[in-house]
Amino acid sequence: MNIAIASGKGGTGKTFVSTNLFKTFQSLGHSTLLVDCDVECPNSLLFFNLKKLSETKVEEYRPIIDKDKCVYCGLCHEYCEYKAIFYVPELKQIMLLDNLCHGCKACSVACEYGAIEDSSTEIGSVSFFADANKHVFVEGRLKEGKIASIPIIKETIKEAVSLPYDYVILDSSPGTSCPFIQTAVRSDYIVLVAEPTPFGLSDLKQSVETLDSINKDYGVIINRSGLGDIEVYNYLQENNIPIIAEIPFSKEIARYYSEGKLAVSHIEETKKLFEKICKKIIKNGTSIS
Amino acid sequence: MKVAITSRSNSMDSLLDPRFGRCAYFAIHDTETKETEFVKNPNMDVNEGAGPSAVKFIASYKVEKAVAGEFGFKIKSLMNQVNIQMIVIQEEKTIKEIVDMLNK
Repeated sequence: MNIAIASGKGGTGKTFVSTNLFKTFQSLGHSTLLVDCDVECPNSLLFFNLKKLSETKVEEYRPIIDKDKCVYCGLCHEYCEYKAIFYVPELKQIMLLDNLCHGCKACSVACEYGAIEDSSTEIGSVSFFADANKHVFVEGRLKEGKIASIPIIKETIKEAVSLPYDYVILDSSPGTSCPFIQTAVRSDYIVLVAEPTPFGLSDLKQSVETLDSINKDYGVIINRSGLGDIEVYNYLQENNIPIIAEIPFSKEIARYYSEGKLAVSHIEETKKLFEKICKKIIKNGTSIS
Repeated sequence: MKVAITSRSNSMDSLLDPRFGRCAYFAIHDTETKETEFVKNPNMDVNEGAGPSAVKFIASYKVEKAVAGEFGFKIKSLMNQVNIQMIVIQEEKTIKEIVDMLNK
């Protein structure tokens, strides 16, 4: 079962829930894998003492324009949705703007003169780590200065689900755009982490609309409950969206988190709460599959 | 010599548009004939690549200089590529005032 931990708003506690949930699944004896899909800012693995096992580079298509063969017809420039081909026929200028290129290859389809040679560029990596008990972790990472996170998320999940684990926890990127959707579509169940504030509600609504549009099963964990107002609760009730659990706003939890420690390993109450969350998610997973 | 000036509207009394790639109009001024033509920036609202598209657009008018309130970081190397000198003016000035400065 693939479980995505996601939220529309950043900083609501996706990584907190992912790491503590992973630990709980494991301590309850389930074969579980933790995968950091937040490739623009991967940080789930900071909570574990790990050694790197291996790294696979992720590459993306790039055209190389052969100026001797180019007739400056401009068709590649026209085909490019992202305006990544800088083309000034009056000055016989044509070049690729690497940071605008999405690697879609349309230019290569457009060119009838063989002036576009296929090539690729490194945009990130998928890495495998292990702890002292030889337990494996997977992390996707976008290379600094690169913008295309989707191919890396795809590759990260592909590698992760090929490993023999019963439960795969996918720590998603924040937001409701492509990185989130890419992680959600590969999941059987999505845990939306929301905080009970106006911003939290606004972004939760967008997450819910997105998940409904792709027909995914989900539940909500309200993190830092006790803060904000009751609007998030009203919204969930009106729309019949299940609350998996409420994690109270607690300085103690925040302190352990800031020290890179797992709250479930130090606070008995939090440990019990996560065990309940774990059981609810598993129950949900068995009822859908 | 032709100069492209970013403009908020299409008359000589318009103010300089501070943005380069997403300006409303380009005033293309010819310092020899003293004529100024206003052309709408076709890439004002594109999602991505407004700056490079604007460089392409003004380069097709064979301008040698471009005046704007600022130029984005993706632009500078492209402007060198097409030999267009960048001039930054940060005060509020009309196109007429800038044209007078260019013809001094």
